[in-house]
Amino acid sequence: MNGEIPALLPALPEIILAIGAMILLMVGVFRGNESFNQVTNLSVLLLVICAVVMVTEVGGERQVTFNNMFVTDAFAVFAKVLVYIGSAVALLISGKFLTEHKIDKFEFPILVLFATLGMLIMVSANNLMSVYVGLELQSLSLYVLAAMNRGRLRSTEAGLKYFVLGALSSGMLLYGISLIYGFSGTTEFDVLATSLSGEGTPDIGIIIGLVFLLSGLAFKVSAVPFHMWTPDVYEGSPTPVTAFFAAAPKVAAMALLVRAMINGFPGLIDEWQQIIIFISIASMLVGAFVALVQTNIKRLMAYSSIGHVGYALVGLAAGTQAGIEALLIYLAIYLTMTLGAFAAILSMRRSDGMVETIDDLAGLSETNLPMAVAISIFMFSLAGIPLLAGFFGKWFIFLAAVEAGLVPLAIIGFLSSVVACYYYLRIIKVMFFDEPADAFEGGHGRSVSIVIGTAAVLNSPVSFLLISSLAGAAAWAANSLLFQ
Amino acid sequence: MFFGENNLLSLMMIAPVVGSLIIMFIRHKDAEIENRNVRSVALFTTVITFFMGLDLWAGFDNATAEFQFVEKFSWFGDDINYYLGVDGISVLFVLLTVFLMPIVILASWESIGKRVKEYMIAFLVLEALMIGVFTALDIFLFYVFFEGGLIPMYLLIGVWGGMNRIYASFKFFLYTLLGSVLMLVAVLYMYLEAGTTDIPLLMMYDFDVDVQSWLWLAFFASFAVKMPMWPVHTWLPDAHVQAPTGGSVILAGVLLKMGGYGFLRFSLPMLPDATVEFSWLIFTLSIIAIIYTSLVALVQEDIKKLIAYSSVAHMGFVTIGIFLLNTNGLEGAIFTMLSHGVVSGALFLCVGVIYDRLHTREISRYGGLAINMKVYAAVFVLFSLASVGLPGTSGFIGEFLVLNGSFAYSSWITFLAATGVILGAAYMLYLVRRLIFGDLTKDDVKAMPDLSIREKLIFAPLVAVVLWMGIYPNSFLEPIHTSVKALLETHYPAETTQAAASDTSPVAVSSEGAYR
Repeated sequence: MNGEIPALLPALPEIILAIGAMILLMVGVFRGNESFNQVTNLSVLLLVICAVVMVTEVGGERQVTFNNMFVTDAFAVFAKVLVYIGSAVALLISGKFLTEHKIDKFEFPILVLFATLGMLIMVSANNLMSVYVGLELQSLSLYVLAAMNRGRLRSTEAGLKYFVLGALSSGMLLYGISLIYGFSGTTEFDVLATSLSGEGTPDIGIIIGLVFLLSGLAFKVSAVPFHMWTPDVYEGSPTPVTAFFAAAPKVAAMALLVRAMINGFPGLIDEWQQIIIFISIASMLVGAFVALVQTNIKRLMAYSSIGHVGYALVGLAAGTQAGIEALLIYLAIYLTMTLGAFAAILSMRRSDGMVETIDDLAGLSETNLPMAVAISIFMFSLAGIPLLAGFFGKWFIFLAAVEAGLVPLAIIGFLSSVVACYYYLRIIKVMFFDEPADAFEGGHGRSVSIVIGTAAVLNSPVSFLLISSLAGAAAWAANSLLFQ
Repeated sequence: MFFGENNLLSLMMIAPVVGSLIIMFIRHKDAEIENRNVRSVALFTTVITFFMGLDLWAGFDNATAEFQFVEKFSWFGDDINYYLGVDGISVLFVLLTVFLMPIVILASWESIGKRVKEYMIAFLVLEALMIGVFTALDIFLFYVFFEGGLIPMYLLIGVWGGMNRIYASFKFFLYTLLGSVLMLVAVLYMYLEAGTTDIPLLMMYDFDVDVQSWLWLAFFASFAVKMPMWPVHTWLPDAHVQAPTGGSVILAGVLLKMGGYGFLRFSLPMLPDATVEFSWLIFTLSIIAIIYTSLVALVQEDIKKLIAYSSVAHMGFVTIGIFLLNTNGLEGAIFTMLSHGVVSGALFLCVGVIYDRLHTREISRYGGLAINMKVYAAVFVLFSLASVGLPGTSGFIGEFLVLNGSFAYSSWITFLAATGVILGAAYMLYLVRRLIFGDLTKDDVKAMPDLSIREKLIFAPLVAVVLWMGIYPNSFLEPIHTSVKALLETHYPAETTQAAASDTSPVAVSSEGAYR
């Protein structure tokens, strides 16, 4: 092996992204902050190029490279497409906001690119070492992004909180990895899977390591009981950054969790399944109940995202191919809902700056009906009411759960969705039934409007026509994860 | 010969959607003209849909229990289809929906002044969804329509409702949703167990007896709330009182029927063992509902609330009829639902007429309307008597068939349910006395004008249908008969033969004129 150049093709998009990001960094360094718009646009272009290269050149065949550290398959392609979309859209909607808040630093797009690169590596990680490398690349970029608005107390607080808690979780993750390595002698998923597939009870050290590994990953997907950072970070970070946090990193961390469990520990399914079931139920309940009392819409979205992570984890808890397929469908739909909702939050601005309490939406249906309709579509979709895309996500997730015999889990999930429905309905009530507050000012930029419009159309009953192809793609992706 | 044989049901759903899209793009600088155009388009759309409904009725073959007007396209996954069709049980509900819609639009003509555009769009979307519920033959599709209807109704109550509309809209939405999600779990289970979401195939599938009870209870949770049955009926008075007149009419006329339709379409054919096992539960709850809510209705001060409680009582008859599992009971139940749809809708419209004039629903603010609003008084009395079940009106036929069917089952049920008929007469006649008769003393009531041309136009078809259903019910019983008979013979052979042995009453309602 020594001296041999590994096959680079499977990692070609990542390599292009890394080099491109560094070139853009140079552009930024030499041209200063006035290049912000240029760098942002070029970053979006770079992401699109990488996505195209990935789909056309790499494809869905399972390929491994770098001594089995890096794997690419249909599952990776599916998750990465979502990551690319999440990052690119977050960049698109952020420009105007950052310029207005005087935080239009060229580092912003560069950090997003590096975070994205970390996520791509997470999705493709086939070894606990590359898991850690990808995770840290992503996390470190995100810590800085959270504190972007460093002149503002809440933003720095969010960044610091995120960093301290994130470092703790990375520590737990590393500790878990070292335990697993110590007791099994390998960090590679495929080898782990074969060495742990034997009969008899597995080593207690491995199980403890697995618990630590899961705790670290649960932090990254913000699942209960490791969710405490989410509301503060969501609220404190600049809104475009929150939009970015809510979408792409969730997808990447979830994909990583799935691959680690399904490819790395298939023999230990009885052990990790109970943990996943627990955190999934806890997330659904916390996401539903705590959100009831929120008044800030970004905090509300944070709890809502905790709840949605709970639903997505139901698919992993099922541990079947149908479950993974459902999880992927859920993530894809969640991505459209959440990006749309945050784009809408970005447009909540008055002459005296951004507003972000729910009451500020009062009577929006009379001052700006299209926006009110779009937000209602996102809310009903997040609530999982039929006619909108969110319902398909719930349908597939719980279908998989019932198929795997987890009927109580499905019942708890549905009941918590009724509780959650209350606060989504409350937003619609504020917009449609209450007396109008001052109208929002326009001028949030055309790209924000386009994102809101597109996401609303995708979530509207138009989704009836698209669900068939989405389900097909998810099945193709889930099928590529090896099921022993 | 009739038009659109292959896609009639889809066309009936597409028409309101197209109408609402057109309304969405109506713009005019003068708000008055814009609103007028919006109303006209909505009315035109619903009338077109109504004619399609007539076409459906004309083309419907009474002699077969098979599904007709079937449309089937693969949707997603391997099993889930876009699958529509009607049989004798559902066809008349579709007809009821499209019949009430133009009336509702006309009734909202003047009383809705703000945000007319959104109002009409919500109603048209709701119409499409309601037609979808009654025609869906795929359980997934059914669920989508069943739940999707909550969204426009929530907005209708919340935006155009009365004082306490927000509470009512939330209660309506969350109550119904809570019931429905349990049903969704059952739906998922049935799909996985039987491997299909096809309703006709699920009807033929033999579910395990132990599982049936759980599935039945899950469906019950949803349909009992929708119906509504005692003790989960409390959302209904609130929703009715707060909803705008049009919303109340559709709620009472069509949405409540979805519960009964659900029992007929799912619980009875798919879970026959559990249905027999749990029928005692239904009878108990229904009898409590009939007697208790009738008593509650007696003391109401609010006209709409009184009618809402009377709806719960009437739905008690329906559930009894459904679970009697004999032809008279089932046909009576369906007929009662149709009749109640027309009559209670008409009663809410009557309330709307005087509410538009005096802006109160308090009974004590009125009195002596027979003196200055003669036509109105006559119409109101007619519908009240139809609600009571006077022979010659539609209410009588349904209640009589149910009571007749229940006699074959247990005379106690008949006795207790008949008490409800007496109480029904009491509260309705008491209402009529306070509202219509008595002296005309109040000045503001004296100033109320009689029905306008538009209002007469609204009530004329309702009066005609109520009398038609009361005098010649066979037009409506004939389409029902074959399907009901097939349902009972296929799924309840034991009960059917038993009933045939004991039932010798000469109530000839079928076209063949006899029972086997």
